[in-house]
Amino acid sequence: MGIHTKDTTDATFDADVLKNDKPVLVDFWADWCGPCKAVAPVLEEIAGAHADKIEVYKLDTDANPGITTKYGVTSIPTMNVYVNGEVVKTLVGALPKPKLLRELEDYLA
Amino acid sequence: MTSDVRDVIIIGSGPAGYTAAVYAARANLSPLVLEGSVTAGGALMNTTEVENFPGFRDGIMGPALMEEMRAQATRFGAELVTDDVTAVSLSGEVKTLTDGEGNVHRARAVILAMGSAYRELGVPGEKRLSGHGVSWCATCDGFFFRDQDIAVVGGGDSAVEEATFLTKFARTVTIIHRRDELRASKIMAARAHGNDKIRFAWNSSVSAIHGDSKVSGVTLEDTETGETRELAVTGLFVAIGHDPRNELVRELVDLDPEGYVVTGTAVAPGSHAATTTRLPGVFACGDLVDHTYRQAITAAGSGCQAALDAERFLTVLGDSPSDPEYAGHPDGASEGTVLDGRPTLAGASR
Repeated sequence: MGIHTKDTTDATFDADVLKNDKPVLVDFWADWCGPCKAVAPVLEEIAGAHADKIEVYKLDTDANPGITTKYGVTSIPTMNVYVNGEVVKTLVGALPKPKLLRELEDYLA
Repeated sequence: MTSDVRDVIIIGSGPAGYTAAVYAARANLSPLVLEGSVTAGGALMNTTEVENFPGFRDGIMGPALMEEMRAQATRFGAELVTDDVTAVSLSGEVKTLTDGEGNVHRARAVILAMGSAYRELGVPGEKRLSGHGVSWCATCDGFFFRDQDIAVVGGGDSAVEEATFLTKFARTVTIIHRRDELRASKIMAARAHGNDKIRFAWNSSVSAIHGDSKVSGVTLEDTETGETRELAVTGLFVAIGHDPRNELVRELVDLDPEGYVVTGTAVAPGSHAATTTRLPGVFACGDLVDHTYRQAITAAGSGCQAALDAERFLTVLGDSPSDPEYAGHPDGASEGTVLDGRPTLAGASR
């Protein structure tokens, strides 16, 4: 659990993400994944700076195979943006911060 | 926010960047290193065991090695900023670099150590299925291919290392290589040949990747006969090499035909500085420059050279600013306006 990012699980995903009335960025990560660790501080910053517009949840793919498989995630980090329960954007790989912000601009405005 | 003018700024943070930082810091140059917002540590952050970096008889994990280098640089006073450089101006006596936050950093010398990025196949299906069966990071994604039949494209050490790593998860791993023997080091090749889970598709290149929501197979083309065949795999790891990350400086320094920054140029006859570029005060090292070897140890060596070349440059600049040795201008001229009583060096930018 980060300071601004929150953890979600197979059990809580529906309530945390799908039923959230704000856009939610879900970061699929795992402990062994270097790029996942590299992008984590950037996600913390985004979550902190834009808390009124978007929520950022992290899903440990190792511990939560259900949701991981449901969304066909086979590469990490993968970031999905959910709006009203639907995936509206998928980003694969550790994007540099400026690029990540550009990709999310519609949801941070 | 614009900073005061520093002695040296290093762009990049693999073995080249951090070694340059160690040497520059120990020369009391107070280097600033712009590490990259998500790429700090460079290519070795995505590897597991590094067995061939001298000094580690039992090998060392890539991220651990980079953590050691980073800590060493910090110990001697290098300032590390985990951000990208988005724009540069490298001509003239004071170079400016803009980071991802919009801060402007200024220095008299800049060391380019941006490294390289993995090469893509450039075939149909690759971009669409990226993240859905196509991957460039075996250590990140191997887990998702447990008990599956997958493939690795490439024939060098990276491809063989990844294939061997992936046998921990996959049912079979087919190495797809366009020649009929591996380019990898003998010891790596022997391990691959001895691994029951590894198969080989020789003289083959991938011409297309198939699948709806995820990879279901690839079309292979025989590099000698042109004949095609299908290989059913549910994962494809691309390990065909790297291209130098020259985007920031493409128009400013000389590049060789493959995009590597050309070094050892624009100095006086008799000078043996290895890392100079056509721009005075701008040095380059590591995979950005290395066409031939691309090893962590050669990158570290060139990082050291870059720091020492930068130190010498700054000393000459301070002692005798009208010395033509570091004029660097292709015409040998060093015209420019006088600033603080010292003639400035005209940058050789186009």
